[in-house]
Amino acid sequence: MPLLEVKNLQVRVEEREILHGLSLTVNEGEVHAIMGPNGSGKSTLSHVIAGKPGYEVTGGEILFKGEDLLAMSPDERAAKGVFLAFQYPVEIPGVATMTFLRTALNAQRKARGEPELSTPDFLKKVRSVAASLNIPQEMLRRGVNVGFSGGEKKRNEVLQMALFEPSICILDEMDSGLDIDALRIAADGVNALRSQGRAMVVITHYQRLLNYIVPDYVHVMSKGRVVKSGGKDLALELEESGYAQFEDQAA
Amino acid sequence: MPAELETVERVRRIDVDQYRYGFETIIESDKAPKGLSEDTVRFISAKKNEPAWMLEWRLEAFRRWQTMQEPEWARVSYPKIDYQDVYYYSAPKKKPELASLDEVDPEILKTYEKLGIPLREQEVLAGVVRPEGERRVAVDAVFDSVSVATTFQKELKEAGVIFMPISQAIREHPELVQKYLGTVVPTSDNFFATLNSAVFSDGSFVYLPPGVRCPMELSTYFRINERNTGQFERTLIIADKGAYVSYLEGCTAPQRDENQLHAAVVELVAHDDAEIKYSTVQNWYPGNSEGKGGVYNFVTKRGDCRGKNSKISWTQVETGSAITWKYPSCILRGDNSRGEFYSIAISNGFQQVDSGTKMIHLGKNTTSRIISKGIAAGKSQNTYRGLVSAHRKATGARNFTACDSLLIGDKCGAHTVPYVEAKNSSALFEHEATTSKISEDVLFYCVQRGLSQEEAVGLVVNGFVKDVLQQLPMEFAVEAQKLISISLEGSVG
Amino acid sequence: MNVALVKPTSDRASGESFAAARSRLPGSGVVSEVREAAFAEFSKRGLPHRRVEEWKYTDLRVMLREVAPLAVNPDEAALNRAAAAVASLDVTDTCKLVLVDGSFAPHLSDVASLEAGVRLHTLREILETADNSTRADLLRTNATSDVMVALNAAMATDGVVLGVDNGVALKRPIHIVHIATQSNAASFTRSLIKIGEGAQVTLVESFVAAPDAKSYQVHDALVSWAGDGANVHHVRLVEDARDASNISTAIVTLGAKTQFNSFSLTSGSALSRYQAFVRFGGEEAVANINGVNLLKDRQHGDTTLVLDHMVPHCDSREVFRAVVDDRAHSVFQGRINVHPDAQKTDAKMMTRALLLSDEAEADNKPELEIFADDVQCGHGATTGALDDSLLFYLRARGLPEKEAQALLIQAFVGEAMESIADEQLRETAVATAARWLATRG
Repeated sequence: MPLLEVKNLQVRVEEREILHGLSLTVNEGEVHAIMGPNGSGKSTLSHVIAGKPGYEVTGGEILFKGEDLLAMSPDERAAKGVFLAFQYPVEIPGVATMTFLRTALNAQRKARGEPELSTPDFLKKVRSVAASLNIPQEMLRRGVNVGFSGGEKKRNEVLQMALFEPSICILDEMDSGLDIDALRIAADGVNALRSQGRAMVVITHYQRLLNYIVPDYVHVMSKGRVVKSGGKDLALELEESGYAQFEDQAA
Repeated sequence: MPAELETVERVRRIDVDQYRYGFETIIESDKAPKGLSEDTVRFISAKKNEPAWMLEWRLEAFRRWQTMQEPEWARVSYPKIDYQDVYYYSAPKKKPELASLDEVDPEILKTYEKLGIPLREQEVLAGVVRPEGERRVAVDAVFDSVSVATTFQKELKEAGVIFMPISQAIREHPELVQKYLGTVVPTSDNFFATLNSAVFSDGSFVYLPPGVRCPMELSTYFRINERNTGQFERTLIIADKGAYVSYLEGCTAPQRDENQLHAAVVELVAHDDAEIKYSTVQNWYPGNSEGKGGVYNFVTKRGDCRGKNSKISWTQVETGSAITWKYPSCILRGDNSRGEFYSIAISNGFQQVDSGTKMIHLGKNTTSRIISKGIAAGKSQNTYRGLVSAHRKATGARNFTACDSLLIGDKCGAHTVPYVEAKNSSALFEHEATTSKISEDVLFYCVQRGLSQEEAVGLVVNGFVKDVLQQLPMEFAVEAQKLISISLEGSVG
Repeated sequence: MNVALVKPTSDRASGESFAAARSRLPGSGVVSEVREAAFAEFSKRGLPHRRVEEWKYTDLRVMLREVAPLAVNPDEAALNRAAAAVASLDVTDTCKLVLVDGSFAPHLSDVASLEAGVRLHTLREILETADNSTRADLLRTNATSDVMVALNAAMATDGVVLGVDNGVALKRPIHIVHIATQSNAASFTRSLIKIGEGAQVTLVESFVAAPDAKSYQVHDALVSWAGDGANVHHVRLVEDARDASNISTAIVTLGAKTQFNSFSLTSGSALSRYQAFVRFGGEEAVANINGVNLLKDRQHGDTTLVLDHMVPHCDSREVFRAVVDDRAHSVFQGRINVHPDAQKTDAKMMTRALLLSDEAEADNKPELEIFADDVQCGHGATTGALDDSLLFYLRARGLPEKEAQALLIQAFVGEAMESIADEQLRETAVATAARWLATRG
């Protein structure tokens, strides 16, 4: 059974259809890259998988581990192992990062019927993950993402990814706003998780990110559909020839 | 000469007591007897050859006014007004409606010349070709209470725009006037609006048919000239579906010893997808350096965003009047409608300003924006008073308000009184206000670079009000900038 | 018949209640004269209503309708019920001074453990025994002409009168506990606290109900003076019964170089109005006045602050948060008055309301009245619902909706609670908010 199956997905925002029948299958341990120009519907796909309100699914389905993902609330999806690394992680003033991590982790464990993590265990785990990602303890005491740089916000996303141990990670434009060093640190964090057999869907506009997170499969999206799929070479091909060639195909 | 230097130059030349516009035009006038009674109302109505329904409307307002109390909630104080000691009607004795400029009393034309009103009809008549792309302004000049010259009538007529004195509209377009007059500001609205309803003399009427974009900016200059004459302008602007108009109102008045009463009413109606932009520059006589004289300005201005996607924008530069009592407001009734209020209010000498806006959110997804800049100098009092409210059904209402006050000198006062009322959880309101003085460091920096103290103040003030000035049409922005500097003359010790 | 002479029912009832109470009010001679004058003032103006600007959003003629009959002195049974209420207080490590139904209850109070340098009297005791000039002053205040303060002067039965000597640093908070045991009755209390120069004091006020006390009215006034260089922490917790009314006034005068740190949390009572008049009387004083209203059902909570900067070089900061659920109504009015001599005033006020339900209502009226030019003053006000993008982020991380909301609400009120210096009191406030959140439907 595939881990994630998106079948003929049609999605509207207000009156406008954004996805016109998109299909995608991801198996355990696979890394898929979804590339496409701005406005092709990449972020919409990530939002719909995570359950962001404001999108109307008018057709198709999404199965996760064989279950109907669309019937679940966003927090149920998280507990099942769906993790969305946000393109623009929000700032939450007044909620300390540490409190947030612990509340979220225990909410997920509770939803799965697992016992809460003891404070020492939790602290030990956060500290070791934080250290590997170069995240200072001081950052964890601040409000979630409050006053964080772009790189720090992305590292905080990877920290959560490592902590919550999801089955699939959707990385939405993880490279946006990052310089090369920040990108490398974040990508190293992702690669460490990948080696543990986790599936990834890497959404990106540029090929650059895929130098660091090398995909097994590449899909090209245009105008709300997947117009071409292939191996990692497809990304390089795109880098040279651009997206223009796919615009007509989608129409 | 750069604009700022020119401004400063002007400031040097002009003293508070030598009010630039303080001259008097000597012409005979046709006055109603002093005082207010049903007879005064009948006199005014008769003078205007009004139909019976209009007289009835006025009389009803007058009867109601007699039962009303003068409001006292504003932070303004003035000696009790004796409403029986005021002339309610005064018109130049020449016949009020003229076919061309030649027929206008030369004295009046001279007055306008001194004011620098762009009465460009002369140029048009003389065949002057204006550079392409230069914006044109149609002027409906109001001299005391009667419109004496209307320009660009022909071109407006071709576009289908009705732009005429309201007295004429009452006779020529009674169906439109009856349909809209008093629907935004009811005759019972407030003491001053009700008084206006009873005795209004004249004002402008604008109607834009569906889909019409007014080909030029409409402008009216008001002058108060006659001694002891109350000015009771009534303006009604209707933008039908998809129409657009930008209306400019400028006011100057000559110097007087006695206080002069002004109680205008402006009503705006914007239907679906229509937009009205209303700009005011008000520089009536503020009184002399001892606080004597000056205009009492009690104005009711309100816009009704009646249709969906409609928009009404008020921009005001208030530098004149001894007392300003004025709250241009928007009723955001139509879904997705938008209201804006941009204000510069400057008080110097003994001026008292109590001004602001009301944004009443009734429809869904309505938005409003308030930018208010108050500058208090001398011994003046400057108050921003505003209301933002979202009603139960106004889902998605949005407001942003920024009120900044600047104090120049330690004898003046700046006050901020906002009311923020939300009855809908999806309403998102943000209000911020600051009060401060001009930074000594900035002044010193400017002075060190060779500017005089007054030039430096002018520079800082112009920066402070920039956001609002940008909202004014070009012709007004320059005049307003000059006015601001003139108004602050003598404020730096 | 002259219609104008017929008073509204509510005022007539109040007049009758004063007449009925008169004989039971402590003090005679000058005290009685002050009471009569204060009541005459109240009779003339009546309960404040929406046309009185300061009460625009809290119309007592509609909401309170009338002043309830004066509560009787608590009997043995009432004191026993009050004792139960004292026992269930969250805040434990304090020196408690308990007022039951408007009467000081020595046996429930920690009089014996008062620290050295603190002098305690009761209002009743002074009104009945001290010399004429002292007693009358206790009921007078020229800090406000508010009519409810006048009513309080007319009717006050008891309260604590405290003096803290110069330079005394108290180890334990002084805790005035107001307990209502009687239903449909009104208590009127007035406490006066004089804090000496350089003294350090934490003052806590709690308003609670004994089990089964319903529909009562609390009318309280707190008058305090902080001497030069004093350091005062003030925490008030209003947890009255859900159908009670609480009309409280604080009148605070700050000396030079004082540090005044005040926090008010209202989660109880159907109708509450807390009005604080804070006057800067000496230079270089700093005041932080913060508050949180947690309102649900049909609760109406009004916080009204008036700050008078009379002298130069003082700072004031206000942070106010309201969480409004169901059909509740929050009111915040805050006025900063900067008087002509108060140059170099630095005053900032921020009020935010969070609306959790479509029928919730929040009115904010922050005001600046500035008569001095060399100042930095500002205020901000926001009203809105919980941020959807934050909610989604939390839910995407596995938090169920209610938990995600609760976390954001706690952060929202937390900003105002951070200022509580005493850890025990801060934790109590946080716990109260958590409890409130837990009971949300």
